Amino acid sequence: MSLKRIAPGATLFGLFLFGIAACAPGKPEIVSHPADNPTQLSDWGLFDVSGGALELNEGVHPYDLNSPLFTDYAHKLRTIWVPSNAPAVDLNTGGVPDLPVGTVISKTFYYPKSEPGASEVLKSNDPTGQVNPALSNLDTIRLMETRLLVRRELGWEPVSYVWNEAQTDAVLTKIGDVKPLTLVEPDGERVDFAYIVPDINQCAGCHAPNNTTREIQPLGVRARHLNKPYAHNGEDKNQIAFLTEQGILKPAEDAATLPANADWTDHSLPLEQRARSYLDINCSHCHNPAGPADTSGLDLTVDAAVGPALGVCKLPIAAGSGTGGRAFSIVPGAPDESILIYRLETTKPGAMMPELGRSLSHAEGAALIRDWIASMDGDCSS
Amino acid sequence: MRIRTALLATSALILASCGQATETDAPEADISAEQALMTQLIDAEPGDVIEIPEGTYNFNRGLSLTVDGVTIRGEGMDKTVLSFADQIAGAEGLLVTASDFTIEDLAIEDAKGDALKVNEGENITIRRVRTEWTNGPSQDNGAYGIYPVQTTNVLVEGNVAIGASDAGVYVGQSLDVIVRNNRAEYNVAGIEIENTVGADVYDNVATNNTGGILVFNMPELQQEGRVTRVYDNQVFANNTDNFGHPGTPVASVPAGTGIIVNSNDDVEIFNNEISDNKTGNIIISSLFTTGYSESSTSESFDPYPEGIFIYGNTFTGGGEDPDTPELALARIMLFGEDGRLPDIIWDGFYDEAKQVDGVTPDALRICIDNGDVGILNANGPSGFTEPSTEMSPFECSLEKLPAVDLGRS
Repeated sequence: MSLKRIAPGATLFGLFLFGIAACAPGKPEIVSHPADNPTQLSDWGLFDVSGGALELNEGVHPYDLNSPLFTDYAHKLRTIWVPSNAPAVDLNTGGVPDLPVGTVISKTFYYPKSEPGASEVLKSNDPTGQVNPALSNLDTIRLMETRLLVRRELGWEPVSYVWNEAQTDAVLTKIGDVKPLTLVEPDGERVDFAYIVPDINQCAGCHAPNNTTREIQPLGVRARHLNKPYAHNGEDKNQIAFLTEQGILKPAEDAATLPANADWTDHSLPLEQRARSYLDINCSHCHNPAGPADTSGLDLTVDAAVGPALGVCKLPIAAGSGTGGRAFSIVPGAPDESILIYRLETTKPGAMMPELGRSLSHAEGAALIRDWIASMDGDCSS
Repeated sequence: MRIRTALLATSALILASCGQATETDAPEADISAEQALMTQLIDAEPGDVIEIPEGTYNFNRGLSLTVDGVTIRGEGMDKTVLSFADQIAGAEGLLVTASDFTIEDLAIEDAKGDALKVNEGENITIRRVRTEWTNGPSQDNGAYGIYPVQTTNVLVEGNVAIGASDAGVYVGQSLDVIVRNNRAEYNVAGIEIENTVGADVYDNVATNNTGGILVFNMPELQQEGRVTRVYDNQVFANNTDNFGHPGTPVASVPAGTGIIVNSNDDVEIFNNEISDNKTGNIIISSLFTTGYSESSTSESFDPYPEGIFIYGNTFTGGGEDPDTPELALARIMLFGEDGRLPDIIWDGFYDEAKQVDGVTPDALRICIDNGDVGILNANGPSGFTEPSTEMSPFECSLEKLPAVDLGRS
């Protein structure tokens, strides 16, 4: 199963390619390391932080998602870089595009500081992305970590970096870290929590959505998450259309007919659509019919039929303390009797959902799921 | 390994030629023993044996292993202790998503969720491992001690499981399983076989749990369990108050249950020593008596326990203080203030749709061939109001089930 075992012939070809790219002159060049992981994030050449801002190097494209995963209110800068000579790949309705060997997807986790220079961080909405600089003033930002997914010969591999205190570079980690943080709420209340940098094995906890093949996959780079506008040079452009223009994607259908999840914060959209989109991105990497949580029989993918498999009147299987003393995953009309709400709201490690990626509960997200369950008709008594 | 080394050299050469000083995969300096173990789990290659010396190791995050063919070995279940008392993240002590996995001779203590979970894999061996919540039975304890799920060819032997707020040893949704020589104490369920096909459970000791040995089927899962043999076990004094979390299936198990079969089929219970379980030494029941709601299952799920064969067991005591109002009433009604319930209790639910000429076909019957042992039919369909001790419907025998063969030497 180890992805480190590499077919020699194919890899030599890959090395040749990347070797060329690495030797071009000028500012830090993008280097897609084909086998081993450099100790510094800067060795990948994705970003330039030398000027007090975070600039994306050429060919590194930012994107965001209709609804993102909640990670303790961290903001996220997502980018994708694809070797320039690679052909465009198909983007189908459901799956992950088969991006070329050498592709580097990055996600940088950061918080706005409570004030410039402070160590405390602000709870705030993740802003709409900008292109360059992607983060304009690093004095006002606390960079936490940058996670990479690198497409190598035998598949995707996760690589993880933790930013240094001076925010000049990030350092490779395998075993992750625990960073005590204080989150300042809009009303001034302070919440201490442990920001967890996962270890590399834990990447598979989310990024191996099929627990039989256990292939590592990107999660956000799918049609239904990407299908939204992003401001490039002040102009809103559909991300799939943009990545198509860049020669990266080749949509199987016109982008207008590709699926799009809802922005869970967009109150103009139907409640159910927002709730299902939220559960999809936060839960379905495990709670899908082939995922690690298929042991529970609970399927929270965006198109799962409403019924016991979606949790309606469903008995827990191995929830342990995760039941919160409640009998069913979802009791229509009764969020306070629904296990789903308990598991979203609790912060006990043995009970909370998702199992990884948060130490805090996402009050706003849980409120959305509460509203959705409250709006359901029926009961579980018969 | 040879290929990796060669590549590393090539890669370094190319980068060096561009004037970049690049180290690859440098070891992390000054790491603790805990961090070293985490690193070993991440760097593991098929065939690796990760040996953990005697000592107590304190983790604040859960551990995981994702590589096939790895053995984790301590120096003994009382010597090598992985403690998760300080755990702040992760739903397990150790989560394994890999095949050809062996873990032996260590302890996992005080995990915040499950102690050891193996989620999907083949050829799993869990041997002489102790999983324990060290402050005794408590609802604050994690759910499962030893927890292989969706696994095939599984050997769980010589382990000790203490204090789980669900099951000490829990084998779920698996195929071809042997659970032997384990000791399960002070859990809600001592040993639980759930939605599993082909399990032999023998030579175990289950005591001081709420229920000693459980053979369960739950709805809405990928496979319904059947073919389990429970034999040569000692199942005594499982009278600990149920400290399971309300809503979990085991929360419905009455305190004082020796062996319970719930909604499972083709189960053989023989040659066990079963004693002093205050509700009942053996209970056969359906999901109807365990918090079941018809709206929560698909029509394809079979809630009835069928093809149950009980013989050759030794019973002593038990049944004198049942933990459910229905059974407590039945005891007094039928046996008086000082009486005790029979050694076998059936909730009385059967599948009317499968009756042929008003009787249950032979292969689906509950058969008892155990000397003068008695039964209580609690007669659930009548609302538990007309219990019966009539033995004749159960005087039959079933074809014996095959032994599980793991094909190991």
